[in-house]
Amino acid sequence: MFINAFIQALREIKRNLMRSLLTAMGIVIGIASVIAMVNIGKGASQSITKSISKLGSNTLFITPGQQHGPGSQSAVAIPFKSKDVEVLKESIITLDAISAVESSSMTALYGDQNYQTSVKGIENDYFKIQDFSFKSGRDFTSNELRSGLKTCILGKTVVDKLFVNGENPIGKKLRLQKFSCEVAGVLNPKGANTFGMDQDDVILVPLNMFLRRVSGNENIHLIMVKVKDNIPLEEATVQIQQLIRENRHLKPQDEDNFSVRNMSALVDTISQITSMLTIMLGAVAAISLIVGGIGIMNIMLVSVTERTREIGIRIAVGAMSQDILIQFLIEAVVLSGLGGLVGVIFGISITMIVSYFMHFTLIIDPTITVVSLLFSMLIGIVFGIIPARKASNMNPIDALRYE
Amino acid sequence: MIELSGIYKVYGTAEASSTVLKDISLQIKEGEFIAIMGPSGSGKSTLLNILGTLDVPSSGKYNFETTDVTALSQDQRSLFRRYVLGFIFQGFNLLKKTTALDNVEMPLIYLGVHAKERKERALQALKSVGLEDRADYEPSKLSGGQQQRVAIARAIVTNPKVLIADEPTGNLDTKRSHEIMQILQEFNKNGITIIMVTHESDIAAYASRVLHVRDGIVEREENNVH
Ligand SMILES: Nc1ncnc2c1ncn2[C@@H]1O[C@H](COP(=O)(O)OP(=O)(O)OP(=O)(O)O)[C@@H](O)[C@H]1O
Ligand SMILES: [Mg+2]
Repeated sequence: MFINAFIQALREIKRNLMRSLLTAMGIVIGIASVIAMVNIGKGASQSITKSISKLGSNTLFITPGQQHGPGSQSAVAIPFKSKDVEVLKESIITLDAISAVESSSMTALYGDQNYQTSVKGIENDYFKIQDFSFKSGRDFTSNELRSGLKTCILGKTVVDKLFVNGENPIGKKLRLQKFSCEVAGVLNPKGANTFGMDQDDVILVPLNMFLRRVSGNENIHLIMVKVKDNIPLEEATVQIQQLIRENRHLKPQDEDNFSVRNMSALVDTISQITSMLTIMLGAVAAISLIVGGIGIMNIMLVSVTERTREIGIRIAVGAMSQDILIQFLIEAVVLSGLGGLVGVIFGISITMIVSYFMHFTLIIDPTITVVSLLFSMLIGIVFGIIPARKASNMNPIDALRYE
Repeated sequence: MIELSGIYKVYGTAEASSTVLKDISLQIKEGEFIAIMGPSGSGKSTLLNILGTLDVPSSGKYNFETTDVTALSQDQRSLFRRYVLGFIFQGFNLLKKTTALDNVEMPLIYLGVHAKERKERALQALKSVGLEDRADYEPSKLSGGQQQRVAIARAIVTNPKVLIADEPTGNLDTKRSHEIMQILQEFNKNGITIIMVTHESDIAAYASRVLHVRDGIVEREENNVH
């Protein structure tokens, strides 16, 4: 009976193919977004965790001001000065590397090429913190750092954009809006980071030069720190907090007017945002599944009415009400199940495309796939029951007379 | 085999009611070929539908062999029709966009017959009405006479004891009508009881007994000798 009802259902869907496709669209969209959402979410968070354990797990970011939740900087954000960085360097032995970082977006010119990129003023420890190595050339000399001589170090993307005919950039002079600098080194490429940002799209210059030529003041808005391998992050964090509080003469009851964060705090923020997005997308998915279910109910009601005579014939030759009920219920389930199947295929395709372009780990969760398919069938049952009952309760005489 | 006693059928409410069947009592023996005749609106279809258990009487008794049919629930009546009765309608009532073969197979699905045997039996039934070469045709590609023959094949494929036919030739010309009647007579000779409603006396002539209905009562009956 079930097999026959299944075959009958497929035949019926084929007979009204266009209508069936449109009807199942809501389910397709709903299931596709659930699958894509869950899989991309998992892939993204795995990639983030992986890359953090790879290079960021012992890095701390010290910034002026306090952040209360994503995006809201408190009013009193007093920037750091060079001497704050010096104090940290001298007093805390748990730190492996430390560098102030100032950055600005600028257009770099070489010959007749120009390219907009991120220019960062840094100290030599930056290479260690960021795990950069040199393809050619060298890092900054202490003389360059101290007096802020005009040298710069280029990432691969910048080299590719400016030195189009493959010249060796070392020793060449670039124009950076307000000043020019001589290329001292080229970095090995690192590719895109977890968030899809090209880490090689950068020009590094000595911090002091940046402060003098670009900022025009001594203000420092970011200090990056690499903690020694065997030291827990929390311990280093507390040490840094105490030292800065002392330097800034904060009273015990005062809140910190700076913050020390690590990548995991950043990840928390990101996962907060992603979970918000997930909830929103989940709501969209839920709504489209409900709409899809109503669509199926609607089309099944139409189908039951259209096929009143058929139902009458079937009852006349001996179909019991449960036979009719099962037939129409299976038809609804097959319709929504096929919608679910197409949705799964779309969802997985979207996951693959997004993961590829965003450089996320590709995860296709078998559980969510199976659950989605079962759920789409459940929608068929829930929304198919009313039309199926209507069909099974028909009186044979009236049904046979129906025009 | 069939025994009706004191059957009434009343339509409508107590104030505005119409009694369509009035105290009908009759007996039908196995192997009979009954024709029900009468003017339009006399209650022929109503009587036939009650005999076919598609409809239920307002009062009275209907016994089929040892079964009290009036005591059956709707689903039990479905089972009764499934195993005991076959139906032929005036308007053929075939499933649209469904091949002749699939139409004939349909009642066998409810009997739980497996696909292979189903196909064999359906082809056999189509052969018995001379349509084995039209098995893959959909109703829209068949003539009226051919459609009614498919309907007959569908009615007899389950080997019913009784064939119920409401004006089986009502939509056909004289020549096709007589072809259909010859087929039905053949099945009757092979032991199937047939109860048929008709308007035309030359169609009723194929029956062994003719019941004349007027205003809800059996006015007169006559026996035909063939
Ligand atoms: N569902 C119904 N509700 C009310 N009255 C009905 C209903 N069905 C039939 N009738 C009435 O019962 C009477 C008998 O109808 P029936 O269909 O049995 O006639 P018939 O003898 O088959 O006529 P015809 O030869 O035209 O087919 C008619 O007057 C009809 O109006
Ligand atoms: Mg009639």
